[in-house]
Amino acid sequence: MLEIRNLKASIDGKEILKGINLTVNAGEVHAIMGPNGSGKSTLAAVLAGREVFEVTGGEVTYCGQDLLSMAPEIRAREGIFLGFQYPVEIPGVSMVNFMRTAVNEKRKYLGQPEMGAADFLKLMRDRKALVDLDTSLANRSVNEGFSGGEKKRNEIFQMAMLEPKLAILDETDSGLDIDALKTVANGVNRLKNKENAVIVITHYQRLLDYIVPDFVHVLFDGRIVRSGDKRLAFELEEKGYDWIREAN
Amino acid sequence: MNVLLDKKILDSQLTDWYFTNRDQLMAASNSVFNSFRPEAMECFRKMGIPDKSNENYKYTDVREVFLTPFNRYIEPRKILFSVEDLFRCDIPELDTELVLLVNGWFYENRPRLEVLPNGIIIGSMAEAARQYPHILEAHYSRYADFRKDALVALNTGFAQDGTFIYIPKGVGQDRTIQVVNILLSPEDLFVQHRNLVVIEDNAMARVVVCDHSLSAHHFLTNSVTEIFVGQNARLDYTKLQNEHNSSNQLSSSFVHQEKDSHAIFNTITLHGGMIRNNVYTRLNGPGAENHTLGLFLADRNQHVDSYTYVDHAAPGCTSRQNFKGILDEKATGAFTGRILVRPDAQKTLAYQANNNILLTSEARMNTKPQLEIYADDVKCSHGATVGQLDENAMFYLQTRGIAKREARLLLMGAFGHEILKQVPVEPLRDRLNDLVDKRLKGELSRCNSCPLQCQETC
Repeated sequence: MLEIRNLKASIDGKEILKGINLTVNAGEVHAIMGPNGSGKSTLAAVLAGREVFEVTGGEVTYCGQDLLSMAPEIRAREGIFLGFQYPVEIPGVSMVNFMRTAVNEKRKYLGQPEMGAADFLKLMRDRKALVDLDTSLANRSVNEGFSGGEKKRNEIFQMAMLEPKLAILDETDSGLDIDALKTVANGVNRLKNKENAVIVITHYQRLLDYIVPDFVHVLFDGRIVRSGDKRLAFELEEKGYDWIREAN
Repeated sequence: MNVLLDKKILDSQLTDWYFTNRDQLMAASNSVFNSFRPEAMECFRKMGIPDKSNENYKYTDVREVFLTPFNRYIEPRKILFSVEDLFRCDIPELDTELVLLVNGWFYENRPRLEVLPNGIIIGSMAEAARQYPHILEAHYSRYADFRKDALVALNTGFAQDGTFIYIPKGVGQDRTIQVVNILLSPEDLFVQHRNLVVIEDNAMARVVVCDHSLSAHHFLTNSVTEIFVGQNARLDYTKLQNEHNSSNQLSSSFVHQEKDSHAIFNTITLHGGMIRNNVYTRLNGPGAENHTLGLFLADRNQHVDSYTYVDHAAPGCTSRQNFKGILDEKATGAFTGRILVRPDAQKTLAYQANNNILLTSEARMNTKPQLEIYADDVKCSHGATVGQLDENAMFYLQTRGIAKREARLLLMGAFGHEILKQVPVEPLRDRLNDLVDKRLKGELSRCNSCPLQCQETC
């Protein structure tokens, strides 16, 4: 599904990603771990199409297409979803209007008819229940006045609405208490199937107790320096990131 | 009468025009109007049309818009058109009392002055001066001070007709009063209408004013509107400006509020050429509350200048000003917000916000708060921003599959929504939201665009 080869990216002339290689197949869950500043969020942003990062080398193939040449919204309509570490507040844009526009833009792109109001509201109701999102939140402006936990649940709600092929969750666990963490993980697990894939970016092993990865990668100084199965996460937790620092 | 005006001698030309027509003006009007004319014109002669050296008009060259060789009439021309052909109100559920002014003159689609069953009086200013001189004597030219602004002086010198609305004590209103100012002329035209709204104690008025131009000529409007809001009375006033880009407008409104009154004055500017809106508010009795709001969308070479002056003349009053602008292409704009808190106006709450979005590097916005506070126990705040659309929000929307253009529209709509959501009449609010969306998408042509949905005539 996703093939990243020797990806390099920089911001303001400073190289952050220094040659990433990663292959993700349908049905897989990948965890990317690493210390602060290693480039985890940059990788997520580059895959989603954030323009402030300049891709200086390498290539990314997504479902047989050149991902890097696509606009962010095309990537989204093709099935890539970025769950933000810091979801953006957008005063004045209601969640309903936002989601209806997003869902219908995708359907239009895929040559499907727009979803009628009744079907859409039913879908909203179903997916809200999945992440335990309060109904009144859905009537408010996007993320405006949401608590940290509500914002993260709202990200998973949007993921549930858009049914991506590849979800990239950037530190979705940060700032969550254990109950919220379980809710969020539960939502992700219920959306998981053989056709889609998830990349979970996290600083801590904790989330991986709930979203069990098939592969764990350690990102350090812009490169993936180790890959393994979920045991690697436990090893990291035990030895700390200094272990990686010393080894590199 | 069609005179080419010269910038240097503009003021004396306008003064001469008054003296030439004075006898005819006086003969055609009631003494209430006439009694103020000589002094007003004397004030005008002394002040002259303001230029940029006038601190209140620093960002707008008002003299410039007077230079078109406009036709000016001191009696209405016969403009024949069928109201039914031009208008079809398409605001669902908005059943209004409709008053039409054509080129500043009351248009007789209804009786010149009508007393509704609940005692509300609606119609022509000229007729009201004849039939109810005591109401005009009590209010006319009491709030609009022609000694301080030459445009008000000029209007007072020539005032003959406009809209008159009177709500008696304790009367609420079931239907929104909709005033439509139409500019429709086979020639370039200068128009000055004079309007009065009187809301007696414990009464309520909901007024929607729509300004439209229906022929492709140059227009200049210099209008004055006085509004009296009695004790514990309520005003909801929405002004929608939607004229073509060769139509310039100088609009001065004066809201006078008594004890415990509540007023919302909201100006939505969709289209027009050079527009200057002055909104003066006097909070004259304790406990009065005022919301003065504005939203403008400008592109091409449009210029929109808003000037507000809130006078806290009594203690315990609240004023909230919120003005927003979205400027595209080479549009320019200005906001000057003045708040005066007089020495005995303790416990005043006065807020002012002016936020603007520039969509291009060529668009320009000037914003200037002016606070004069002479009382010590008050809460006043002001804030102004001029910026671009939030890049983080743009990216967030894009990652959900929403294209850049659509994302921009959503964000601009959201920006304007804060002002529109304060329009109290729901069907009108929905319609305005729709109009603003269309305007942002560039789908709004200059004529077929008002709540009345005019049929295309130009």
